[in-house]
Amino acid sequence: MTNAASTVTQPGRSATSEAVRRLPEYLMIWVPLLLSAAHLISFSIWTIWISFTPSTLIPVSGWVGLRNYTAVLASRNWQIAFDNLLLFGIAFVLLSLITGLLLAILLDQRIRGENVLRTIFLYPLAVSFVVTGTVWSWLLNPGIGIEKLAHDLGWTAFHFDWLVNRDMAIWTIVIAAIWQSSGFAMALFLAGLRSVDADIIKAAQIDGAGPIRTYWRVILPTLWPITITVVVIQLQFAISAFDLVRALTNGGPGIATQLPALVVYDLMFQRSQLGRGAAAAVLMLLILLAVLLPYAAWRYVQRRQANHA
Amino acid sequence: MRDRSFTPGRILIYLVVTLFAAGYLAPLVVVVLNSLRTNEEIAQGSMIGWPQHLAWGNYALAWSGFCVAETCSGIRPYMLNSALITIPATLVSTLLGAVAGYAVSLWRFRGDNWIYGIVTLGLFLPQQMRLLPWTIVLRDIGLINTLTGLVLIHTIQGLSFTVLFCRNYYIAIPHELIRAARIDGAGFFRIFWRIILPLSSPILIVTVIWQFTHIWNEFLFGVTFTTGQQQPVTAALIALSAAVADIPQHGVQSAAVIIAALPTLLIYLFGGRYFVRGLTAGAVK
Repeated sequence: MTNAASTVTQPGRSATSEAVRRLPEYLMIWVPLLLSAAHLISFSIWTIWISFTPSTLIPVSGWVGLRNYTAVLASRNWQIAFDNLLLFGIAFVLLSLITGLLLAILLDQRIRGENVLRTIFLYPLAVSFVVTGTVWSWLLNPGIGIEKLAHDLGWTAFHFDWLVNRDMAIWTIVIAAIWQSSGFAMALFLAGLRSVDADIIKAAQIDGAGPIRTYWRVILPTLWPITITVVVIQLQFAISAFDLVRALTNGGPGIATQLPALVVYDLMFQRSQLGRGAAAAVLMLLILLAVLLPYAAWRYVQRRQANHA
Repeated sequence: MRDRSFTPGRILIYLVVTLFAAGYLAPLVVVVLNSLRTNEEIAQGSMIGWPQHLAWGNYALAWSGFCVAETCSGIRPYMLNSALITIPATLVSTLLGAVAGYAVSLWRFRGDNWIYGIVTLGLFLPQQMRLLPWTIVLRDIGLINTLTGLVLIHTIQGLSFTVLFCRNYYIAIPHELIRAARIDGAGFFRIFWRIILPLSSPILIVTVIWQFTHIWNEFLFGVTFTTGQQQPVTAALIALSAAVADIPQHGVQSAAVIIAALPTLLIYLFGGRYFVRGLTAGAVK
């Protein structure tokens, strides 16, 4: 195609002057793309390589095999972070799916003020996690937040101290994360609900199905591809969650709300354990791949089926 | 479903959505109210309360008064830092993304699918895999602890999104349009300028809003690669909370939080449609 066009335009020019003439265009296309691709590939390879070296304060060469990995996996910090990630990932994804779907179904009932409501449910996504984490840390702080309000109002038996309670603190992150991003699930589900074929719904109603039955049997089953997409994106967020936790609990009390991203940061920049930090980063990547690779395979199969149909 | 009258079922629906809306708005309302209460008033009661009299002074203090580690400049310099990082990074990454997106979708060249595929991997690669390499790159080129360094990071990393957005938009433009222009002798830039750009406003707005929101709200790189007076506002907010941990100034802190969140909130309020389109476009990658 490119050749065809160039022969059409300037048949008399030599190949070199043609290349010089088109240099700006090559630069504009290739420099950004190559910089982006090169940083992704070289940075990944470099971090993986560092994870196999004895680097501590500065990167050094050398080979320690899997020693950094075993050290990270054996550390209490990582074990707590991984357990927290499992709990946070599952609870946050499930609850934000349910909340998002419920909101989408409610907004789909041709209610007044839908635009205003949608704006309200989505605005947290426009705000940084640092801001929302800070605000939630105030609300959930028993000394100044909801618990204090209840006590001031005379309900002295009220207890809501999850933020400072080792066993429950991770749930404060779940709450804040759901508040911040269930609107995203709602937006995708609502788009899905709106694209359901009106004829299918009409047919179900003619068959005598009530609204609940129509939803359950006819409409919701069409949403499962969207559901999978939402789950994968929310999991991706959960796996790399950093800002929110940093602002809300900073991993505390103690290390009770530690998550992998915080462990990586701690190892790299606070303990100067570059090799172990890189190993923890690679472990994060592996966790992410465990989610993304099946998703990519599923997308591939879906596309092939769509092409055959 | 067609019924618009107020049956008990519909009253229940309105009740539930109103409750949810109140829950989503509550944190914002609480912070706005607190930003208008004095620190003493909050200290006596709780974070949740009505201002006794409007303490507008909090905003003046938050903007240019309060102190973090001996520097008493308020949040203003950090807001400026964030603007100086966000605006250039947003514009450059959007422009380069539009040109590259146009190249891989309509111009086509050898290896275009490959390079595009690699670039979009950037949507998934965790930032933690890039932290150490960026540290070294920034140090080697002398940009550690500078705003320019953060502009560079956000521009290069942002390309993954901007190229994807623009490419997916341009792919729908008929190839015949480009082919005809090429036969008439129009080159790469001429076609971009005369044909592609005039068609691009929706996707450019989506991309700019997406990039601006993400870069403004970014925290990890800001806190890792800058210190003190060079920090963006997200990192400065965390530093502020840490600095006043012993004697909290919740009124002033609330005002600072509102100021820091305002740019992206305003963009969301005025460009919400495009914001949501960016969200869903990013989702269907």
